[in-house]
Amino acid sequence: MTRQRLVVIGNGMAGARVVEEILKRAPDLFEIIMFGAEPYGNYNRILLSDVLNGKEKPTDIFINPLSWYKENNITLHAGLRVLKIDRTNKVVVAMPVSRGAKPYDRNSTALPDDSQVSEPYDKVILATGSRPFIPLIEGWGAPGTFAFRTLDDCAQIEEYAKNCKRTAVIGGGLLGLEAARGLLTHGVQVTVIEAGPYLMNAQLDPEGGRLLKSTIEAMGIQVLCNTITTKIGAENNRITQLLFKDESTLETDMVVVSAGIRPMTEVAEDSNLAINKGILCNDQMRTSDHNIFAVGECVEHRGQLYGLVDPIWEQARVLADQITGVNPKSQYTGSKLATKLKVMGVELVSMGETEAKNPDDEIVVYREPKRGIYQKLIIRKNRLAGGILLGDTQAGNVLMQMFREETSLPKKRTELLFGGSNLPSLANAADLPDHAQICNCHGVSKTQIRDAIILQGCTSLNQVGQCTKAGKGCGSCKGLIVQLIQAYHGQVGYDPAEHYYVPGISLEKSQLIAAIKAKNLKSVSHVFQELASGVEDAASKVGLASLLRSIWNEEYQDERDARFINDRVHANIQRDGTFSVVPRIYGGVTSADELIRIGTVAKKYNVPMIKITGGQRIDLLGIKKEDLPHIWKDLGIPSGHAYTKAVRTVKSCVGTDFCRYGLGDSIKLAQEIEHKLQGIESPHKIKMAAAGCPRNCSEAYVKDVGVVAIEGGKWEIYVGGASGGTVRKGDLLATVETHEEVLKLVGRFIQYYREHAKYMERTYSFAERIGIDRLKGILIENEMGICKRLDEEIQKSAAAYVDPWKKESEEPLYPQQFEGPELVHVLQEAINNG
Amino acid sequence: MDNINLGSIEKIPLGQGHCFIVENEEIAVFRPRAGGLYAVQNRCPHRNGPLAEGVIDACHVICPYHGHKFDLQTGRGAEKGETVKIYEVKEESGEIILKL
Ligand code: SRM
Ligand SMILES: Cc1cc2nc3c(=O)[nH]c(=O)nc-3n(C[C@H](O)[C@H](O)[C@H](O)COP(=O)(O)OP(=O)(O)OC[C@H]3O[C@@H](n4cnc5c(N)ncnc54)[C@H](O)[C@@H]3O)c2cc1C
Ligand code: SF4
Ligand code: FES
Repeated sequence: MTRQRLVVIGNGMAGARVVEEILKRAPDLFEIIMFGAEPYGNYNRILLSDVLNGKEKPTDIFINPLSWYKENNITLHAGLRVLKIDRTNKVVVAMPVSRGAKPYDRNSTALPDDSQVSEPYDKVILATGSRPFIPLIEGWGAPGTFAFRTLDDCAQIEEYAKNCKRTAVIGGGLLGLEAARGLLTHGVQVTVIEAGPYLMNAQLDPEGGRLLKSTIEAMGIQVLCNTITTKIGAENNRITQLLFKDESTLETDMVVVSAGIRPMTEVAEDSNLAINKGILCNDQMRTSDHNIFAVGECVEHRGQLYGLVDPIWEQARVLADQITGVNPKSQYTGSKLATKLKVMGVELVSMGETEAKNPDDEIVVYREPKRGIYQKLIIRKNRLAGGILLGDTQAGNVLMQMFREETSLPKKRTELLFGGSNLPSLANAADLPDHAQICNCHGVSKTQIRDAIILQGCTSLNQVGQCTKAGKGCGSCKGLIVQLIQAYHGQVGYDPAEHYYVPGISLEKSQLIAAIKAKNLKSVSHVFQELASGVEDAASKVGLASLLRSIWNEEYQDERDARFINDRVHANIQRDGTFSVVPRIYGGVTSADELIRIGTVAKKYNVPMIKITGGQRIDLLGIKKEDLPHIWKDLGIPSGHAYTKAVRTVKSCVGTDFCRYGLGDSIKLAQEIEHKLQGIESPHKIKMAAAGCPRNCSEAYVKDVGVVAIEGGKWEIYVGGASGGTVRKGDLLATVETHEEVLKLVGRFIQYYREHAKYMERTYSFAERIGIDRLKGILIENEMGICKRLDEEIQKSAAAYVDPWKKESEEPLYPQQFEGPELVHVLQEAINNG
Repeated sequence: MDNINLGSIEKIPLGQGHCFIVENEEIAVFRPRAGGLYAVQNRCPHRNGPLAEGVIDACHVICPYHGHKFDLQTGRGAEKGETVKIYEVKEESGEIILKL
């Protein structure tokens, strides 16, 4: 059977989505041809705001890259704009968008000529979206005036902003505020100009609008309401100011307009389809021509136009049901809009109406001006007719659900905002009904996520996202997804692989260690041979190497291919492929001699940057691989292990030697710890510190291990502290009197961590997982009777320590260890066999 | 198509890769412990990580920069839309022969 030809006009969020829905239902029914006026595959327009504020890179927001089209045999005409549908001959006619033209401009193509492309069709879907609405302003279009709709707009705004001090954003709606917030990250002064009396008047009432204004102003954005722009003033081709209707002015260097959108209907119009404000569609998403459908922002359905993605997902499902014939009863009857808004730094949920309409409408309001909280509910006939949650959106998920489902409400209205005994707790996703929509960007319900977790075994945010797309839009639902994974993964979808030490060998850590010891496996390849039927797994090698090193110490049989590049060459690879060298500086204390040597080396090898690190040491950055062994030799200082999962630094304050507050000799103790435990391998890095008093200048409370001197000649030992991506104060493990006791307990804790932590689990997770009370029981009270063994094991590892720099600078382990890329000279060989 | 002799197989440590620059193209050649030889473009399509420095198994390489994974046989990446160019390469009497 020959396939029917389906031509999709518009390659935006609606167009690509409807194709995905069709492929899900009937992958082989159509030969699909897509036209997109933008020169790209399909990207997530919602995230443009995050591109502008620097949270995402443009390449990260693509939903369907070009390869997706190929894999699904879709012909994509990117950069071509459809002019009309020739309904008599059943062909769609398109022309390339002219260079430099905006894809949404009416005359963005040249007149039809031989670059015209025609595609015959059996069915057509119009998904042309909308264009920015530009109010009548004199001077619009000059360099420095922008709209905010496409990836290219975004790039041009960013580029232009680099040379500006002040920007103005015309329009105080959602998009205008997102644009303003984004521009702020580019270091320019931003003013938002709103013609109406308050911000976001589609989603807020005047009080909410005023409160939002002060929140926005607190971010450093100036807001002018009741201000109508009439003219953009320019001199020498650069914008200088805006002129307003009341004759006041504002100095500015650029202007971004975000004053609403208008559906793009010209293709439908030129093809003689019925239009009003948008392209008219029935409940089957059909236009006035039976073979032509429409979806997305270009559609007018039951008198309603939509400007958010939520309704688009519903429309796409119905359209796919209809066009494939899979479910002829499927109908779209309109959407109730409830949205979480995502201007960085503002929490806002808005749904339905914002003001009372009837005399017996009930209004419930809660205000907490000091914290910027304003919540308002409009209740009609015991159903939620609308709501605003500003500043605190905890109740948002449940309320949006009640609003969409038209659930009857609890008698005590306070329960709506603050939870109640019979109501699902506000923050808990597990309590939401099955059909509740969790991801509002991609329209994914709780059931779909549950299925992904239980049926398809997804156990991480990323896996759930790959299966269902949930969480891959604006990201505001990620917390809920995590709750669902916790709820279902624990109960039903238990995935033992989560607990394997490395993915390629199905054993938990203790089982793996037991098997390694029982079979006497001393190299990574040996482990694969014996425990994985000889099948190597790249993702498991590095973890295994680290484990074997800590089990066997000097008996470990090293295979460099099993190590991460940093560990092959004992230096940290940089973004440009060079390396960094951080020599060990015990306790942060150095000497004139050492400094001179470091300086001499830096000069000799033209080191591009010498930096004092956050770990109280000196980093030589930008070093060529070939130079590493020579530099180590010239330095004559041991490795600081800044590149590996091992004991790194022991920071110190100046302590009793110099500080008037010092209670204990922190420098000496830090150096003792570092000398004893330096370079010891572990599941993740270990950073320590010693402080001479509880003022804690070396930040010992927030280290993997921290010791703090207290009155009475004692030392407190803290474990599991963190001050990186996670911040956590360490737990007090013990208070002891002597340096020897500190050394012993610190060693014991580290050995226990080495034996029981998962690969890449820092002590802050480990200490929390085991619990400080159990740790005390095991390590101090010796409940399991293993203290002596732990002390001996760590002693063994410490004794086996060899400075890798010294060893391998004398002779590389293998000839190519420090070699860079090899330039191959291709000789033009004379091939002449005659 | 030219056959280019890159020299002795011993240039590549067993289980690792090595980068050759041939006619301005950076090519990573890998020698898995399980046998065979593979060649792919050296630069990772994600953010230019040097794949030759990656950890490999019988048929994959993991980029050292952010851990993206690629199939050495097909060039296909584990991340949606990422592929690397593959080259024909073989061992002939102890020498690495690359087709370009
Ligand atoms: C050089 C240094 C920054 C500086 O110039 O100050 C640095 C540089 C890097 N840090 Fe760091 N960290 C440095 C001190 C810190 C500190 C402060 C400290 O050690 O007191 C922290 C917070 C404490 C902590 O570790 O929690 C820190 C928290 C991190 C983290 C977050 C860890 C976490 O779980 O939250 C990472 C990422 C990781 O480990 O996965 C990281 C990872 C990195 C890496 C290794 C990223 C990488 O894998 O390439 C950076 C290497 C850059 C390079 O190319 O050389 N670095 N990093 C510091 C070296 C200290 C040293 O002398 O060894
Ligand atoms: C910065 C920004 C932030 C947003 N944030 C949110 C949010 O947080 N939540 C939310 O729900 N919504 C948000 N939106 C709105 C959301 O992006 C739109 O509702 C959605 O993109 C509409 O999808 P669409 O496919 O109908 O239109 P579009 O995504 O605009 O796609 C239409 C495509 O068709 C192309 N096209 C038009 N005419 C032709 C033609 N004749 N020939 C070929 N191609 C053509 C256009 O170039 C365009 O690429 C945001 C929008 C922007 C701009
Ligand atoms: S904070 Fe650390 S990991 Fe991040 S860029 Fe700086 S050095 Fe690199
Ligand atoms: S550069 Fe290769 S994974 Fe990022």
